[in-house]
Amino acid sequence: MMRALHAFPGGLHLETHKEKTCAESSLLQPLPERIVLPLQQHIGLPAEPIVGMGERVRKGQMIARASGYVSVPVHASTSGTIVDIGLHPVGNPATPDARCIVIEPDGRDEWFEIQPVHEYASVDPRELQAVIRDCGIAGLGGAGFPTHVKLNEGVENAVDTLIINGVECEPYITCDDRLIQEKATYVVAGARMIAHAVQAKHCVIAVEEDMPQSFAALEKLVEDDIELVKVPTRYPAGGEKQLIKMLTGFEVPSGGLSIHIGIVVHNVATAAAVYRAVTRGEPQVSRYVTVTGDVDRPRNLQVLLGTPIHDCLRTCGFREDGEARIILGGPMMGTHLRRLDIPVIKTTNCVLVQPAREPAAELPCIRCGDCVDVCPIKLLPQQLYWHARSDDQDEAQRYHLFDCIECGCCAYVCPSHIPLVQYYRHAKSRIAAAERQRQGADHARTRFLARNARLDRQERSRNGALPAAAGADIAEKRAYISDAVERVRDRRLQRDPNQGGDD
Amino acid sequence: MSGVGLVVALVMALLGGLACAVHPLNRRGLQRKQWLADRIDALLPQTQCGLCGYSGCRPYAEAVAGGLADINRCPPGGDHTITLLAELLGTVPKTLDPALAPVVNARLAHIDEAACIGCLKCVRACPVDAILGAAGQMHTVIPQFCTGCGLCVAPCPVDCIDLRPPVAAPGKPVWPKPGPAYGRAA
Repeated sequence: MMRALHAFPGGLHLETHKEKTCAESSLLQPLPERIVLPLQQHIGLPAEPIVGMGERVRKGQMIARASGYVSVPVHASTSGTIVDIGLHPVGNPATPDARCIVIEPDGRDEWFEIQPVHEYASVDPRELQAVIRDCGIAGLGGAGFPTHVKLNEGVENAVDTLIINGVECEPYITCDDRLIQEKATYVVAGARMIAHAVQAKHCVIAVEEDMPQSFAALEKLVEDDIELVKVPTRYPAGGEKQLIKMLTGFEVPSGGLSIHIGIVVHNVATAAAVYRAVTRGEPQVSRYVTVTGDVDRPRNLQVLLGTPIHDCLRTCGFREDGEARIILGGPMMGTHLRRLDIPVIKTTNCVLVQPAREPAAELPCIRCGDCVDVCPIKLLPQQLYWHARSDDQDEAQRYHLFDCIECGCCAYVCPSHIPLVQYYRHAKSRIAAAERQRQGADHARTRFLARNARLDRQERSRNGALPAAAGADIAEKRAYISDAVERVRDRRLQRDPNQGGDD
Repeated sequence: MSGVGLVVALVMALLGGLACAVHPLNRRGLQRKQWLADRIDALLPQTQCGLCGYSGCRPYAEAVAGGLADINRCPPGGDHTITLLAELLGTVPKTLDPALAPVVNARLAHIDEAACIGCLKCVRACPVDAILGAAGQMHTVIPQFCTGCGLCVAPCPVDCIDLRPPVAAPGKPVWPKPGPAYGRAA
């Protein structure tokens, strides 16, 4: 029986431009000359290197370990020698350089010994989480949130519905579509494993209406335990909150998580990665990347993590005349790349080449309200814009700045070409920076006061003021303890008078 | 004797009363002053550098709350802190006291570990216990705890401490604000 779908507010019908790549089978991207693996490819704390310079590593070997709970390890994506551990460009416009481990491949692509888990269904969900963490799996949908953390939420809370998100709503991107068509068995088996890990009551796999081949591939494999749903093509239907709203009619509370309403959402590629990790012990060392737009041979590539984006572009016939505008991610949420030697990481889903053009000049806001109509979160984008622009962080937060999912619908429809999302990102990061500074100051205050108290105590003990005080303290404690013993004895006597005094 | 004592007590009480009359904030009592000092302390950067002339941020906050210090004596906080303090106290923002050198960028102490002789002088000088070391052993700065106050620099007998700009925390980007040239190819 088909589930009744609900509509989410706002959103846009966009030209999908997916026909260029969705029907072509994916290619294996050849081994690059150098593999650059950033220590941070996920949300949370960066991983810590556990290898040294000059060390030989093999494919799948852990080279950096998770440095906290919300962190995942990094694995070598091919065999070779560690030639550098240091700062390299990673393409994030706000932090251009980040710490990376550089491997010079030896060309043999030799695997490390890996340990599969047999019979996952009989394994404790917590153990499954540990396997998934050790395989370095971070959400492959784009945000890169460590997958084991989301699974743990399922162990701690009751999960009603697990949603496997195959709704690739952003134009041009087809990497999930191709992955489902080529690896549908992985996706379905991975979905069952995640459902076991979070102990979900229901499991839904959702794909978009314009992904008929994917739907057909999945339809052959799903049984009664998994519900397969087609959702209408409407941007941003693949956003977590929008997809939950469409499938269940529930809204994730402001500032809350989907788990608070008993729902966990994982991407299809994450499900496939979980399948590989559990049945073969294979860590995350490669991913599907769509290379599309203004290139000669737009394609999906299976790329080893750490491969330079430049190599992927070359495979697809990128014309290097320097006139193109390269976007990392899709046209709605992606960021403009200024250099191409940056590596493919766990969250890289698409490289889009667009003809170079001068961005339209930003004009004054005319208060048309188009942005309000398309906002899928029902925010007031123009109010947010005023406050973000004037750096009035408090007001921006009052208008729920942090509920913005940065989908870009408001900026897309803006007749004044205002880069609204950039304003929101700026405001969000400013608020986060101020919060970190405040936490640092609080910490410094605590340490300063603690030090003063310690120096004071030392001074007093030097003057002979402390020992007497300590003596009085001990007498006081003894009195307290003997009082407590008395109280317990009395209570016991009251309860059972025959036993009194025996102990 | 008791007469003299009485006179002394009277004079003390009178002086105390006068002191209270001097500043309007004092009249509201100690509790109010403590409350105000807490609020002021919360706005200070907690560098504990002592550039204001007090032994740390809390003592300076108490001095401001008691009307004994002006609001423009915190160089690490700069104009931002002065504005916040003026807002809190309902006064007009001022520029930083010209007698104090402004502090431009946040910096962290760094010990040249090869040159360190393990004398413990910097460890004792650090107001937030951010330097780790034992007598005769190499010392090092714990960057997460360092406030960049610079109090460890002068006591070092071998000049092996300097202040350096902090290495940006990875994954904690501050996105640029869109300007007229935003989005244009470099």
